[in-house]
Amino acid sequence: MASGASYADVRVIEERHRSVATKNGKLGHALDTDSQGIGIRAIVDGAWGFASTDDLSRQAVVAAARHAVAIARASARVKRAPVELAPEDPHQAVWVAPCQLDPFSVSVDDNLQLLLAVDKELRAVPGVTLAEAQMNFQRHHQLFLSSQGARIDQTRVLSGAGYAALAFANGDIQKRSYPNSFGGQYQLKGYELIHELRLLENARRVGEEAVALHQAAQCPQTVGTLILDSSQLGLQIHESIGHPIELDRVLGTEANFAGMSFLTLDQWKTLRYGSDLVNVVADARLEHGPGLGTFAYDDEGVAAQCAPIIQEGRFLNYISSRESAAQIGEPRSNGCMRAESWNRQPLVRMTNISILPGPRRLSPDELIADTDNGFYMETNRSWSIDDKRYNFQFGTEIGWEIQHGKKTRMLKNPSYSGITTEFWNSMDAICSREHWTLWGTPNCGKGQPQQTMGTGHGAAPARFRNIKIGTAYQKWKGDE
Amino acid sequence: MSSRLDRERAQDLLRQARHAAPADTALELTIEEDRYELTRFANNAIHQNVAEATLALSVRAQAEQRTARASTHRLDAHGVREVVDRAVRLTRSQSPDPELLPMAAARDAGAAGVDRFDADTAAITPAQRAEAVAAMVAAGAHDGLTAAGICATRQSQTMLLNSEGLEAAYASTGAEFSVTMLGPSSSGWAKGGGPRWGELDPAAGARMAAQKARASAQPSEVPAGRYTVILEPAAVLDLLGFAMWDFGALSVLDQRSFLCDRVGTKLFGDNVTITDDVFHPQQTGAPFDGEGVARQRVVLVENGWVKNLVYARQTAARAGAQPTGHGFPLPNEYGEGPVNVVFTGGKTAVEEMIATTPRGILVTRLWYIREVDPYQKILTGMTRDGTFLIEEGRLRGGVRNFRFNQSMIALLNSIEALSPAVRASGEEAFDMVVPALKVGDFNFTEVTRF
Repeated sequence: MASGASYADVRVIEERHRSVATKNGKLGHALDTDSQGIGIRAIVDGAWGFASTDDLSRQAVVAAARHAVAIARASARVKRAPVELAPEDPHQAVWVAPCQLDPFSVSVDDNLQLLLAVDKELRAVPGVTLAEAQMNFQRHHQLFLSSQGARIDQTRVLSGAGYAALAFANGDIQKRSYPNSFGGQYQLKGYELIHELRLLENARRVGEEAVALHQAAQCPQTVGTLILDSSQLGLQIHESIGHPIELDRVLGTEANFAGMSFLTLDQWKTLRYGSDLVNVVADARLEHGPGLGTFAYDDEGVAAQCAPIIQEGRFLNYISSRESAAQIGEPRSNGCMRAESWNRQPLVRMTNISILPGPRRLSPDELIADTDNGFYMETNRSWSIDDKRYNFQFGTEIGWEIQHGKKTRMLKNPSYSGITTEFWNSMDAICSREHWTLWGTPNCGKGQPQQTMGTGHGAAPARFRNIKIGTAYQKWKGDE
Repeated sequence: MSSRLDRERAQDLLRQARHAAPADTALELTIEEDRYELTRFANNAIHQNVAEATLALSVRAQAEQRTARASTHRLDAHGVREVVDRAVRLTRSQSPDPELLPMAAARDAGAAGVDRFDADTAAITPAQRAEAVAAMVAAGAHDGLTAAGICATRQSQTMLLNSEGLEAAYASTGAEFSVTMLGPSSSGWAKGGGPRWGELDPAAGARMAAQKARASAQPSEVPAGRYTVILEPAAVLDLLGFAMWDFGALSVLDQRSFLCDRVGTKLFGDNVTITDDVFHPQQTGAPFDGEGVARQRVVLVENGWVKNLVYARQTAARAGAQPTGHGFPLPNEYGEGPVNVVFTGGKTAVEEMIATTPRGILVTRLWYIREVDPYQKILTGMTRDGTFLIEEGRLRGGVRNFRFNQSMIALLNSIEALSPAVRASGEEAFDMVVPALKVGDFNFTEVTRF
């Protein structure tokens, strides 16, 4: 502060990461990483500077602080208005996320034994040509200090695991994953998550489905009723609600890379985002569940909150930081500033963006029974959405046709597409609490330099009407 | 800021590590020092301005046909002992792999070097980056456009040593700018990068982005369908990036590549020749791979024929081939990949491509590309920041952005013209040397709202 900063904060972080993977009966990788460093953020002359270093000697930290100030002064040469921060009490706290079984106390040998047992089950299915399984564990210990008097010590342990079976035959590659694609399921838990996932018990079925897809019919190109499993709905929320509500995107600061948002300020508290059944929250509190977006305080010291995002279909709130909240006249940030590590400046990021389950008891089987004709799609295979988050297209690993209230023939290469608000307004049923899962998305990219963040998405199977099906393999008149 | 790493320190770290490890354990150390600074702007103002200084040690241990890796940022004596201990313990928890090769030998490192360090770039200050940002912002001010983007510089060095006597070192600098110009109904984009700050012209990029934003204002809606499309180099590389990993030999052995059963076949058009060439004057990157093995120039596709794959040592031994110096750091399950892609260009300027197109679409940039089908190699994604309708050989104005679902195999069989190849930067793949392409029957499947 002696260098002229009007505000400064630091995050001192210590991280440990273990990643173990197998492939076709052998080790894929075994990695053990630790990382320590400090990130210093300062406002000088009304502009931001940030510097980080992994050298925690007094001399290096002082040099980094001076560099942050010099950078801020350079920022001030091209500024529009001085940075203002919405007020937040300077919290003093120590918080340790619940963790029943420290994953780092479990031997790598035990990790590998389970993964190799899964691998064996997958490859026991004739036709499976590639089996991959993995586990990841992370401990993140952070001390946050601010010039306004905050001192927050947080420890979070994250665990994740999953696997996939691939089957190559006759010029076609099919894949099934469990419990989710692209790494599996991730939560704010210890090794107890691995036990809960029932990895081995599901392996044979997953391998069989990968092979069976080769005999399945191609998903047709049509318009119809669509039921999504909860993991695919979680990603649908991530892409078509989670990103558009990021206030920094709305205000233009991601325009060059991640893009902006259709959810401009004139639509704030007025837009009919979805049907009456669509209730979405941004909830970082432990009460919401052990999500990848669960914490006690965000990375600028704002206490975890539950913000209503969509209530009975009506858009209510963006997710914000202290700076962006102040820019739109909000009295307080709703606590969504997060950074990948000590070497990155926090950005507005999703916490747990979840759709609330339906009010009446409804199981996936009952939902299907209530559907005359349609499609059921499960487990993401591809995802893409435009840079304002309007037009999306998703592919899933597997699908089934629904006829007269029953799942009938299996479909390969399922996909669907649409426009965000039209899609959410077409939702006419969602399953109840017992079928709601808090999924973890460990690989959300945003920012320059790019940061990868884990986000949580609670979802239950839900039904949508008049959806465009099969776009990914669209044929035109005259195509072969 | 002075360097914390030199050859003497690297050798000392190897000595300390060997002292800490059991006598029967081979070691490979990768030491990376990086200083990266990035200035980010939007709404015509700098809103984020960051600096990062790191020195990291990664240790691979190998004994009794087992290997594992641990890494740390603690390079004091205790930190070195501790990271070696973690790597050794992780190694011992595995079953032996009879196919695991000994670590690379000193002779595998090769002697060929590349010079990609520029002292002037290493000395760029936050104030100089701010000046460049001011120039980019000014380029759109006259037309009332709003600018957003980045300006970044990097200085890094990597040293890789192992207990077999192999040593490989690479020092480099990097500079990059990217700019988006936003108007009320349109946008334009440009990006550039390379080892030397002095060879970049961010203001010229900003003027080009501004011109695209102006020319695409008030876009019309053109129906989805098959079109003749001119893909500017950034769009080409972002698509190509999703196909290049399939040229890793292990992905073919694992039967996850679209080249399964297709190596040695004529898969693409006569005008497709792609090499991997770290020594190309417009390329960047270290001349050795994750094991320290010297990279070789590899012809991947020649006149449409799939000629070669790239091989890590381990994959080469399995396939009975020679390693090409493209392996990722061990242990890993992906093997190798080409990272210095050069797509041989042609002689047709983009202006000439436009002039010879009765009806088509000009694409500046693509966004959110993902693989829809791994064997047909169908990719989906969106156009972004400058999409234009061409009619009767002229740009008729901007159009709303399209979603595409396009097979890369079909695309590489439908190239009607190629521009000279240039070093290009995108957002979905690493930088490449690629031409602009004019392709027929590009499959746009939907139109978005802007």
